[in-house]
Amino acid sequence: MKFSYYPGCTLKTKGKDLDRYGRLCAEALGVTLAELPDWQCCGAVYPMAKDEIATKLSAVRALASSRDEGTELVTLCSACHNVIKQVNHDMQTDADIALRVNNYLGLDTPYTGETTVLHYLEVLRDRVGFDAIKAAVKNPLTGRKIGAYYGCLLLRPGKVMRFDDPENPTILEDFIRAIGAEPVIYAMRNECCGGYIAVEDKGAAVKRSSAVLDNAAAKGADTLVTACPLCLYNLKKNGGRDDVAVVYFTELLAEALGVK
Amino acid sequence: MQRIGVFVCHCGTNIAGTVDVVAVAKALGQEPGVVFSTEYQYMCSESGQQLMRAAIREHKLTGVVVCSCSPRMHEATFRKAAALEGVNPYMVEIANIREHVSWIHKDMAEATEKAVILGRAAIAKVHLNAPLQAGESPVTKRALVIGGGIAGIQTALDIAEAGFEVDIVEKSPTIGGKMAQLDKTFPTLDCAACILTPKMVDAAQNEKINIFAYSELESVKGYIGNFKAQIRRKARFVDETKCTGCGICTEKCPQKKVPNEFNMGLDNRRAIYIPFAQAVPKVATIDANYCTMMKTGKCGICSKVCGTGAIDYTQKDTVIEREYGAIVVATGFNPIDAKVYNEYGYMDSPDVVTSLELERLMNAAGPTNGTLLRPSDKTHPHTIVFVQCVGSRCDETDERGKPYCSKICCMYTAKHAMLIREKYPDTDVYVFYIDVRTPGKNFDEFYRRAVEQYGVHYIKGQVGKVVEQNGKLHVQASDLLANEQLHIDADLVVLATAIEPDKTARSLGTMLTASMDTNDFFTEAHPKLRPVESPTAGIFLSGVCQGPKDIPETVSQASACAAKVIGVLAKDKLTCNPCVAHSDELLCNGCSSCEKVCPYGAISYSDKEFRGPNRTTLIRRVASVNPAVCQGCGACTVACPSGAMDLKGFSNKQIMAEVDAICK
Repeated sequence: MKFSYYPGCTLKTKGKDLDRYGRLCAEALGVTLAELPDWQCCGAVYPMAKDEIATKLSAVRALASSRDEGTELVTLCSACHNVIKQVNHDMQTDADIALRVNNYLGLDTPYTGETTVLHYLEVLRDRVGFDAIKAAVKNPLTGRKIGAYYGCLLLRPGKVMRFDDPENPTILEDFIRAIGAEPVIYAMRNECCGGYIAVEDKGAAVKRSSAVLDNAAAKGADTLVTACPLCLYNLKKNGGRDDVAVVYFTELLAEALGVK
Repeated sequence: MQRIGVFVCHCGTNIAGTVDVVAVAKALGQEPGVVFSTEYQYMCSESGQQLMRAAIREHKLTGVVVCSCSPRMHEATFRKAAALEGVNPYMVEIANIREHVSWIHKDMAEATEKAVILGRAAIAKVHLNAPLQAGESPVTKRALVIGGGIAGIQTALDIAEAGFEVDIVEKSPTIGGKMAQLDKTFPTLDCAACILTPKMVDAAQNEKINIFAYSELESVKGYIGNFKAQIRRKARFVDETKCTGCGICTEKCPQKKVPNEFNMGLDNRRAIYIPFAQAVPKVATIDANYCTMMKTGKCGICSKVCGTGAIDYTQKDTVIEREYGAIVVATGFNPIDAKVYNEYGYMDSPDVVTSLELERLMNAAGPTNGTLLRPSDKTHPHTIVFVQCVGSRCDETDERGKPYCSKICCMYTAKHAMLIREKYPDTDVYVFYIDVRTPGKNFDEFYRRAVEQYGVHYIKGQVGKVVEQNGKLHVQASDLLANEQLHIDADLVVLATAIEPDKTARSLGTMLTASMDTNDFFTEAHPKLRPVESPTAGIFLSGVCQGPKDIPETVSQASACAAKVIGVLAKDKLTCNPCVAHSDELLCNGCSSCEKVCPYGAISYSDKEFRGPNRTTLIRRVASVNPAVCQGCGACTVACPSGAMDLKGFSNKQIMAEVDAICK
């Protein structure tokens, strides 16, 4: 199983663990992640503006280059995933944006949304399969009570992301079961952590993050897993509790597969 | 050669505004065989018909072409007028120059040309028309009502009142349906049981009404006036003729852990049970999935305590066959499963309940004897949040919800809020709504009373999330009018879940060949003018199976439906449509293609003797059509490879002549 891999800037700086364990686990599961050559910033939040095409260009370069490789494109950071998938959707459904982007880029073959964008978790669920992961687990995390923290970017907008049910997702819970731990269901698991507002209004981020952690703790979680560097940052820095550990899901997977 | 008269209708300006009717009449007057052609302002009016009848007499017409509105509107009118002058009604053809021409075209020259072409096609067809005689079929004077809720009960009572026999088939052990589960009814707040149970008793005591409870429809064959139905009478393991409904068995049964569906699973019942005190028929039923005796062969307590020896563990399902003249669908509704909307925490906390569950929590015969208590800790809730439109009025692409308004939720939520505020004035009640919809007699007054007199907090906005934490329900919502976020700590959250047709409706629709919409509601024959009939002859619709309704509306429709059924049963004979298929035995090669496509089972095959060459006799397998069963759909005429099958009134030759006339 070979995929093009888009790590994104955070995974090379603040979120090195998400990337490092992700690669180790992929290798252990027989998945080849070929990092795209010359990838650029996904565009961060800016491509969400509908009337702006310059900010979408770098995401389209990654998509087109994955198409030229003839492979599906795998992302790991929730934010990059969200941005690239939304830009891909624009290229598939908005003829005006597609035309202007292609005019600007002048690629040999115009890009019109041919690449399939997968999140690492979707590769685990749909390509490897949670049963196969269960079979590959060497150190099952038996007895651990782990809460899934989805945040917003993996799930929404639901019609574009088509990742899981945006209100009642199950993919991370299934993942937690596959690595031998017990998933803790808590209502705040798909609520916002505060996101970038932490930069401007720390109080708001504290309120949001602590509400998530308090709810998870009340339901008995000892650990939360996330796929998002920003969520991890907010929950750790602004969550106000240290009795609930917050880790990347790839780290727990690495632990379970015995490659950490 | 036919002598054809052409009558072009202006339909006021409906047709004449876009079509040059004078030119059409003139052009069609030139067609071969046409001996008279005219136009008139309203052909369907009494004077229009008189004009047509005079022309038939004067010009000795043998065929008539009317260029007017759709044949669905006035074909019958013109056929009757022609018949009065001795012209066979099937010699009348309609060219639809309103719906097919004037209403959809703007340019007069184009529209006029098209009207002439359609008129020519109709003339070409009349040349080949032959007089047809409608047959007759007898009527079985008994009706079948499927579903024993308030809709089915009311329809059955009204049909019985007119002196006809009615069978009610109900799949659960008792009739009564959803209304039996309700506490009070809006807008008068009378108790549901008090007004329903007398009707249930009436139905049980009426000599004309047979109640087949705990029974399901297995198959239906036949057509209007002559349906044959097989009904599966499921084994109760209790002899209905012996059981007196004393209830001793239901008290002594040691299996106490069976979720009680009548109380929405909020408490438990025994394995042998009578759903509620006023059940009809009041007979015990053994739930074989939970009965220890049935599962392990060890117990038999109910059999020992039964004074009349009614318990029979070996009872088997039986299938009975009954004949009917008309069938009423009254299969009702169910609330959707709230678990798909888990953002409201239905699966996370027992204190998030549906409105139907709340009915049971407030009902004196419910699990809490009518005292409103939280299911989790049996304490009195002080802050209650109602969420309206849970699954109603959703986006078309929303897989979880329904696009339609469930219609009853605004009113029952106002009722719940009002009753709670009256009984427990120390309670704070919030209602989150998209719109409050209260059309109906005394409905808006009722809702305003909830707001103005009872101080219920109505907030326009949706609830986004309900988070259960440490026994409290944190409700996150938005107040759209104040444009602010709300956070309410509630003790109880009530979800007004959308209603959907009963799950059995889809398969029943297929069995009855009765059409349904995309939401599985049965379709009426006409949305305004024939609201209680299915397009399939002999099938009638009563209650929510046709669309969301409250009780007053359901009862009105149930009675309307009964009136239509009585109209069928009161006749001794029904006129059959003579436009049915017919097989030319000399052309038939016995391939069975037609038999396979016939949706009504009207075609059968038999071996027949034919004269062969040199005085020999050949035996060939040929098709024949039962004209009483055939509905004239024409599927067989298309399937027949040898051209033996033809539809009277719409023969291949007639249709080709029309096509030729259009393409000329």
